[in-house]
Amino acid sequence: MTLLSVQNLRVSFDTEAGLVEAVRGVSFSLGRERLGIVGESGSGKTQTGRAVLRLIRPPGRIEADRMDFDGQNLMTASEREMRALRGRRIAMVMQDPKYSLNPVMKVGAQLMEGLRQRDRLGRAEAHAKAVAALDAVQIRDPERVMEAYPHELSGGMGQRVMIAMMLIPDPDLLIADEPTSALDVTVQAEVLSILDGLVRTRGMGLIFISHDLRLVARFCDRVLVMFKGRVVEELAARDLMQARHPYTQGLLNCLPRIGGPRVPLPALDRNAEWAR
Amino acid sequence: MASTPIDPTGPSRLFSLTRRTAGVLVSLAFTFLGLLFVTFIIARVVPIDPVLAILGDRATDAQIAAERLRLGLDEPLWKQFGIYVWQAVQGDLGTSIRTKQPVISEIAQYFPATLELATLATIFGVLLGVPAGVLAATKPGSWADQLVRLVGLMGYSMPVFWLGLMGLLLFYGVLGWVGGPGRLDAAFDMMFEFEVTQHTGMILLDTALAGRWDMFANAISHIILPAGILGYLSMAYISRMTRSFMMNELGQEYITTARVKGMPERRVIWVHAMKNVMVPLITVVALSYAFLLEGAVLTETIFGWPGLGSYITDALLVGDMPSVLGGTVVVGVAYIGLNMLSDVLYRLVDPRAR
Amino acid sequence: MAELAAWLRDPSPKSRLQARLGQGYMGWLRFRRNPLAMIGLLIVMLLLVVAALAPVLAPHDPITQDLRMRLLPPLTEGHILGTDDFGRDILSRLIMGSRITLFIIAMVAVTAPLFGMLVGTVAGYFGGLVDEVLMRLTDIFLAFPKLILALALVAVLGPGMENAVLAIALTSWPPYARVARAETLTVRNSDYIAAVRLQGAGAGRIILGHVMPMCLPSVIIRVTLDMAGVILIAAGLGFLGLGVQPPMPEWGAMISAGRKYLFEQWWVATMPGLAIFIVSLGFNLLGDGLRDVLDPRNSGK
Repeated sequence: MTLLSVQNLRVSFDTEAGLVEAVRGVSFSLGRERLGIVGESGSGKTQTGRAVLRLIRPPGRIEADRMDFDGQNLMTASEREMRALRGRRIAMVMQDPKYSLNPVMKVGAQLMEGLRQRDRLGRAEAHAKAVAALDAVQIRDPERVMEAYPHELSGGMGQRVMIAMMLIPDPDLLIADEPTSALDVTVQAEVLSILDGLVRTRGMGLIFISHDLRLVARFCDRVLVMFKGRVVEELAARDLMQARHPYTQGLLNCLPRIGGPRVPLPALDRNAEWAR
Repeated sequence: MASTPIDPTGPSRLFSLTRRTAGVLVSLAFTFLGLLFVTFIIARVVPIDPVLAILGDRATDAQIAAERLRLGLDEPLWKQFGIYVWQAVQGDLGTSIRTKQPVISEIAQYFPATLELATLATIFGVLLGVPAGVLAATKPGSWADQLVRLVGLMGYSMPVFWLGLMGLLLFYGVLGWVGGPGRLDAAFDMMFEFEVTQHTGMILLDTALAGRWDMFANAISHIILPAGILGYLSMAYISRMTRSFMMNELGQEYITTARVKGMPERRVIWVHAMKNVMVPLITVVALSYAFLLEGAVLTETIFGWPGLGSYITDALLVGDMPSVLGGTVVVGVAYIGLNMLSDVLYRLVDPRAR
Repeated sequence: MAELAAWLRDPSPKSRLQARLGQGYMGWLRFRRNPLAMIGLLIVMLLLVVAALAPVLAPHDPITQDLRMRLLPPLTEGHILGTDDFGRDILSRLIMGSRITLFIIAMVAVTAPLFGMLVGTVAGYFGGLVDEVLMRLTDIFLAFPKLILALALVAVLGPGMENAVLAIALTSWPPYARVARAETLTVRNSDYIAAVRLQGAGAGRIILGHVMPMCLPSVIIRVTLDMAGVILIAAGLGFLGLGVQPPMPEWGAMISAGRKYLFEQWWVATMPGLAIFIVSLGFNLLGDGLRDVLDPRNSGK
């Protein structure tokens, strides 16, 4: 069953320096599976994720031939209908909890906000649900974290709070935009396994956006490789080593391997032809 | 960091807070001392001889010598400064040459009127300036944004005394919508003096406390124009600052988080962004309040408003330097006090600063 | 013309000069698109022209009194803006008064930033105790309400144009010191300063020749933005009778003279106020536009 289908998505920004096209005709569809989107910074992968939630602000513009979520047309949905989808059915975890959590609101207030405002739950019930959500991301002292401000949390802790917050309403689709890139290497694996476990057990769709091809291959069923706003290759994760596109091969080869030969890493080949 | 998920709170935080507060207090004390030093220097280079000013030309040599001794003018300069500081700390700012009254008690009579005016103006400024700035920030480049910008820049560009005159001409002279100069109509002036207990010296509060609503309404008709004009200047500043702070916050990632959670735009702006805008805005409001105390100097002369501004300018015109400098010190102290207040409030609003 | 524009817009300039000019050209393009800023530029240019040609432009003598002609309303034959209580043509007085305003602005714009920059660069360059003392001094002056300090200073020095300039300059240098210090701290430890030092240059040479020029751009923006404030304070001093003395046609003093006739002969006080308003609005619009161009963070789009 198709959850999300996107056809010929374009995102452009009308800036001082002229029209910048961040996403240029991306198409994909997604069931209750895990899709990875990989590319360098500036390849349009983040804008693709945000376009699905219609979170591109002016002067940015979204165009698509088709963008449906569970039978609902996202291009023609009113702002009110979009709000009902956001949070409840589609959620997003962003890169750095230092910036993605409101610095002057207590963690608890931010966790309960959706429940209280959107779902109109009572204070006690919202509190219990928020604590349960923190429990689910393996935070040991949820009551104390509820009372903390974001700057009092470590990076890994903050990202777990972020995941908990986004998963509270049990969404059907989670967009994870570089969820571990800003974290210490030591906690990356921990946060990833928590995220992976929750996505698996709750059976939601996942769009995992990253610059790390190997990481994505480990977590996802399918991988889209993006370059300069276009999808250059789409392949099943297990076929990664058989990637045909030179850009994908470049991404694979520019990582050092333990036990590999000690030669200088090759520079990534960026042929403008591929972006046509 | 990784081993302690939550930064240790408790004693160390308390310690750093007290240390920072102590630092602020020391620097405030220094600023106060500097303030007194500057006024002291000004007072010493004044070409007006303080002794002659007090006694008049026909004083005998003996009288002059006695007065010099009383004023401590024979002491070395550093000691005179020490005495000046000591007296100022105790609230003694010298004696007015005009009225022979202690400067501090005169200022105590005049200050509430200025305070009332500046407070009302700041309330106008915040109530109009914050929404205007938010509106401009949420629609950058729109006609509303341009309008807020132009109205703000116009406020920055008008001589406040001229604006006051124009206001009087239009709203009092031509339209007759407001009361003229002064705090009350002449008919009420005496009544206020004798029939209303002056708890605060602020006419709106005192008449309201006494339940004299006729007088209260009259006072409103008098204060509305000067407060509106000062409030316009305050609005100009606050709206520009709010716009720039709000633009900055709306570009932050936590705003996207709130939108992802499905929060309506109204809540995103007025709760999520506003809580962060409040932090720098507090300092701006305190600054604009201080700036209004100063703006009052020129406005009060136009509106015959018996406040600190009128006091200073009247004293200036007759060369009553102790009064002028005393008024300067009081406004300076108000500046310092507002600074301290904004610092305290800032810490209350921003958890990262605690 | 088109060739020149293309040369200026060349994305890969061949020389430093071309890069500089190209940057300036792009800035100008952005500035030109801001209608409010262009109006500001126009007003300031107009002020310069009027002040330069004042004796030619003024239809009447601004000082000579003619009591038969007193308090004529605007649009009277030969007196477009009317006459004041001494029968002097208000338009002529405004035109001549532009020179006084411009003189005050120019004097303050030269002295206060220079002094502020000196304090700021010295504090920033030497650091330590020098920095501490100078910045504490700056803070003290910042703690004073500007206008009131200027009032007290003029009260002591005596009224007059020179003293007004001195008082305004003495109250407006601290912000420049702050700006200059911040700039100095960023360049102080850079390699090229170290290179100059290795060549044996003394602190004075380094500060004057190498640090101060780096501070100039940010100080200049600040000066443009502050000019409107200087005009208003000067007018305020004039209004209180502490600035330029009559019969000189200073705009603030003219408002003060018109106050007596506010309700009957409104134009006497209104016209000079409009002149002050227009000129300081011009400086504000110009400064605002300049900041938008030079500080990309502020440009909305």
